[in-house]
Amino acid sequence: MTAASSATATGARPVGGNARRSRAVRLTVRGIVLLYLALLLLLPVAMVFIRAFEGGIGPVVQAIGRPAFQAAFWLTVQITVITVPICTVMGVVTALAIARRRFPGRAVLNALVDLPFALSPIVIGLSLFLVYGTNSPIGGFLADHGITVIFAVPGMILATIFVCLPFVIREVVPVLREIGTDQEEAAYTLGAGPVRTFWRVTLPAIRWGIVYGVILTTARSLGEFGAVAIVSGKISGKTITLTTHVQERYEAFDIVGAYTASIVLAGMALLVLVGMQLYQSGRLHRGSSDDAPSSLMLEPVSTAGSRTGGGI
Amino acid sequence: MAIRVEGINKRFGTFTALNDVSLNVPDGQLTALLGPSGSGKSTLLRIIAGLETPDSGSVFLGDRDVTRVPPQQRGIGFVFQHYAPFKHMTVRDNVAFGLTIRKRPKAEIEHRVKELLQLVQIEQFGDRYPAQLSGGQRQRMALARALAVEPEVLLLDEPFGALDARVRKELRSWLRRLHDETHVTTVFVTHDQEEAMDVADTIVVMDNARIEQVGSPRDLYEHPANEFVMSFVGPVTRVDESWVRPHDLDILTEPTENATEAMIERVVYLGFEVRVELLRTDGSHVWAQVPRDQAESLELTRGQIVYVRPSKARVFSAA
Repeated sequence: MTAASSATATGARPVGGNARRSRAVRLTVRGIVLLYLALLLLLPVAMVFIRAFEGGIGPVVQAIGRPAFQAAFWLTVQITVITVPICTVMGVVTALAIARRRFPGRAVLNALVDLPFALSPIVIGLSLFLVYGTNSPIGGFLADHGITVIFAVPGMILATIFVCLPFVIREVVPVLREIGTDQEEAAYTLGAGPVRTFWRVTLPAIRWGIVYGVILTTARSLGEFGAVAIVSGKISGKTITLTTHVQERYEAFDIVGAYTASIVLAGMALLVLVGMQLYQSGRLHRGSSDDAPSSLMLEPVSTAGSRTGGGI
Repeated sequence: MAIRVEGINKRFGTFTALNDVSLNVPDGQLTALLGPSGSGKSTLLRIIAGLETPDSGSVFLGDRDVTRVPPQQRGIGFVFQHYAPFKHMTVRDNVAFGLTIRKRPKAEIEHRVKELLQLVQIEQFGDRYPAQLSGGQRQRMALARALAVEPEVLLLDEPFGALDARVRKELRSWLRRLHDETHVTTVFVTHDQEEAMDVADTIVVMDNARIEQVGSPRDLYEHPANEFVMSFVGPVTRVDESWVRPHDLDILTEPTENATEAMIERVVYLGFEVRVELLRTDGSHVWAQVPRDQAESLELTRGQIVYVRPSKARVFSAA
């Protein structure tokens, strides 16, 4: 990579052999990367689409029309619609506490936030089962008051929130640290209280961190399987989400049903990503000058390419 | 509005930033807090602004004890070292921020912002974003933003530190003119003694969490209270036990009373002035600053034996 780009930089000299070699290196690197992406990302996803539509569009439409699919789809949507706002608001509040406040236990809290990343979703599911199951004190207390958590939607939402908890926090904390406290302090000296400073200064400065965190949260919340599967009990028509529906259809040898649910899941994720890209490019065209931190990966590929001399 | 701080102490962990600091800044003055980095000058400014809370001591603005008053209610304007622009707002919205927060009528805000942009000479950039301005323009925007709310005290933290030398000089004299027009009590922090001498009515020299001396630029230069102040506000060379300004060290070609023998090691032409580096017979090094024509008439050259005599010297008792 370095060899290729440095050779390109000096390659203007008419030394044929050198230029030819650097071109060969560049094409080889490019080929390897494309093959890697194709084998790991493109091919599997494409195969799902191909297999789903093997028998034409009819079976797919039919599979979508089935009540079991409809129930699973709307349950997934419902869980996501509840999870995302909770994770976003609590995520921003937690991020502010970690990045802006000094209090005893801050380091512990900071480490604790990563727990959902470290734990297997199965373990998360089982641990929720232990706390909120009807055999436990908390679960029993809630059950006595008519609230069923495990094997019901509340437990599934809890599991999804648990799994999605770190995304917004981990996106927003670095942005908060990067922008520093200067702008907030400037707002204070200009007469803005903490609340107005948050809405008018801090929030606009971290909004790209939040947007990216929300996208990750949404994608994960749509696609979560392990933890949700454990606490749901997979009660047909009641606690089956799209992901568990895929598994259930697959095990019932309903291949078209499984692939149909899969492409719907993939389609929803794609929609989220495309929506983000549109939002992003809309912002670029409006010419607003604040840059989303580069860690947010949304840089147009062309600039990245031209900067490294088209190494790949 | 006058500023008074009394017995301020401030520690950050084990680091003492301010050690029993008291200071009076009279109404309408332009004052510089001068000191090396880590001397506590920025902390003192931030405590006056309310951005930092002292561990003990009091801050008064006029007659009002503001020690526990948040920065929003102190009636101050603050300019940050790195300008702290609101990056997502246009220049106009940045300047209007304080007035918008105070819910002033739209027409009034518009009028005032226009006036301020003119005052700081960036009226053509009102619709730009801070990222599209140069450092000097950003600094002026920050000043306009701080002035918009008509503060009774203007505080500037190393306002020109991040600018290149030419822009710095320009903004310096501009700040001085601005102050002469508005007479708002102004305190700015700097580690550049030339900047402090150039702009301020009064200089507060700080070192090691304490105030070493307060006085006019001339006062400090001619009557420094101790070695630190003497060496910080101007060049200095040491002759035996006394401290001498290099321009107060006479160079003579003939032996005279009180003059000691020295050999010229180096003659450096710095335009108007010439720096002469000398080695004395006891092995110590001293240096002198002489005007160009004098250096030429004495025909000072390397290796020459001359006689040096301080015309003005200070001895500080060992502290």
